[in-house]
Amino acid sequence: LDILVIHLFNALLYASVLFLIAGGLSLIYGVMRIVNLAHGNLFALGAFITASAVGQWFAGSESAWLYLLLPAGAVGAAVLGAILEPTLLRPFYRRPEEYQLLVTFGLLMILEDLMRFVWGPYPVSATVLYEKLGSITVGEWIYPRYNLLVIAIGGLAALFLWAFIYRTKFGVVLRATSQDMRRASALGINVNLVYVQAFTIGCFMAGLGGAIIVPSQSAVLGMGVDALVLSFIVVVIGGLGSLEGALVGALIVGVIREIGISVFPEIELAVLYLIAAVVLLVRPAGLFGRAT
Amino acid sequence: MTTAPLAHAARSPLKIVFWAVPIAVLLALLPLVIDPYQTILLAYGLVMAIAVLGFNLLLGYTGLLSFGHSAYFGVGAYAVAFMVKYLHLQSMELFVLGAIAASIVVTTVFGYVCVRYTRIFFSILTLALSQVLWSLAFKFFWVTGGTDGLRVPTPKLLGVVTGESEDKIHFLSHGYYYYVLVVFILCVMLMWLIVHSPFGKALQAIRDNETRARFVGIRIRRYRFVAFLVSGVFTGIAGALWVPLNGLTTPDILYWPFSGEIVFMSVLGGFRNFTGPIVGAVVFNYLKTYAVGLTVYWQAFMGVILVVLVMLLPTGIVGTAKLLYGVARRRLAR
Repeated sequence: LDILVIHLFNALLYASVLFLIAGGLSLIYGVMRIVNLAHGNLFALGAFITASAVGQWFAGSESAWLYLLLPAGAVGAAVLGAILEPTLLRPFYRRPEEYQLLVTFGLLMILEDLMRFVWGPYPVSATVLYEKLGSITVGEWIYPRYNLLVIAIGGLAALFLWAFIYRTKFGVVLRATSQDMRRASALGINVNLVYVQAFTIGCFMAGLGGAIIVPSQSAVLGMGVDALVLSFIVVVIGGLGSLEGALVGALIVGVIREIGISVFPEIELAVLYLIAAVVLLVRPAGLFGRAT
Repeated sequence: MTTAPLAHAARSPLKIVFWAVPIAVLLALLPLVIDPYQTILLAYGLVMAIAVLGFNLLLGYTGLLSFGHSAYFGVGAYAVAFMVKYLHLQSMELFVLGAIAASIVVTTVFGYVCVRYTRIFFSILTLALSQVLWSLAFKFFWVTGGTDGLRVPTPKLLGVVTGESEDKIHFLSHGYYYYVLVVFILCVMLMWLIVHSPFGKALQAIRDNETRARFVGIRIRRYRFVAFLVSGVFTGIAGALWVPLNGLTTPDILYWPFSGEIVFMSVLGGFRNFTGPIVGAVVFNYLKTYAVGLTVYWQAFMGVILVVLVMLLPTGIVGTAKLLYGVARRRLAR
């Protein structure tokens, strides 16, 4: 039974990070109808910033301070998002989707090399945060405490986001813009501002995902490209543009991956895609998607 | 989105021949003038042109943006590699036939799922499915060689042993170049016929107005499926031709950024023109080769080009050239 608990923790760990990435992607699509292919790179950027803040820039400091540095990556990604949306993406909302995908693909290439330029080709790690927390024992197994922190942050982020979107005035504005941009604009909402905010939140989530996972892994080049494809599976299963969908999709993918790693490691990814394809055949808009 | 450039497509066959024959002759004579390295680069460009030509049947003519064409390219390439490794074949003709068969099988399955969707969902689904193949090629390393890939020796062309007697560079820049050129010309002719057939016209009708096309009695999903199939097979042929050129196939050509490069090429040339993908593929190939030689950060360089291109020249090289040509002619006429 104890091993089941460990597996459950692992699945939840994976799901929290995936939710942060895919939730951001989905939020941005829901509001702006744009699929950001560079979203994975913002996740990677978050990981790199936190890793170098903790592991290099402030390496010697008190460990309590280091934990406060954890969200640095999220903030960095959010700032980049707030710059990118008005400059690069705004001219493309009226253009066909091909161009939107292409401009974000161009952005992906640029960001990928930008990170290579700043951090070089070697992995950057911040394992000190991971090691400092030690581990707990579940029966006869030990489990790193840091992973539980990640799960908690993932859960809190989901809760926060839900409250933010369904319980605040800003959330109402956001949802109104998402449903009918023109009418929201006619009612006096500054749509451009909402777009910047939504994009920034989406990037913040992706950056946070990268920031909290980096102490247990390392930041490596190419991690963003991998993450994007996984979060595509999540949003395809859950429904593009739906946060509930992203949450459920992330949980499904997390559980299946955890089973997959121990039972059928070779075809673990293929099984995930297969499930996504089956969901699409049965429910074209995903489990929680709106028909467009 | 305007559809005006396509009006040019209705010009007389004589005029097409007037343009196409000199270009074909030029391509045939070039290896005599330029050095072998340049010839091999051109061969890479022509191979990619076949792939992008196939891809553009979906994007330019059917209005479906596939972000998973690396899958069919990779299927073609791996089909050849498997035929070498497990069946010990050497004949290039068999390789191409095998690649066609393999890509028909894969595109049938993928197409069946994908053509139910359009727009962004189509793009994401094609991307996700192509990554299934990538992960399989990546994980089943005892079959596919994993990240090391599979080596493919010099093949026999038309049953003649050409690879053993001469060195590889000479083979690639002469015999193999002409082999690629012939296949390329055949593919271009075939695609031209497809695009200008009633079937091609029906695809364009679907692209321009799905509802009206359905009213006219076009079975939209079936047409899209066939277009998907043809598109995938062209790209598969390109994959088969690419392997002997590269000598090695790795999972990189199945990874989705490679699909992005294919999209890039068609936009670079201009996906609203028949010749756009060809020009785009050849130019992209040179551009990338020189960017890689110039700087480690070639990816950012290409990314900037893509962003600028999409922002300022959405009709690509061929579209812009046609526009300038039209302006110049009107100026002169006055």
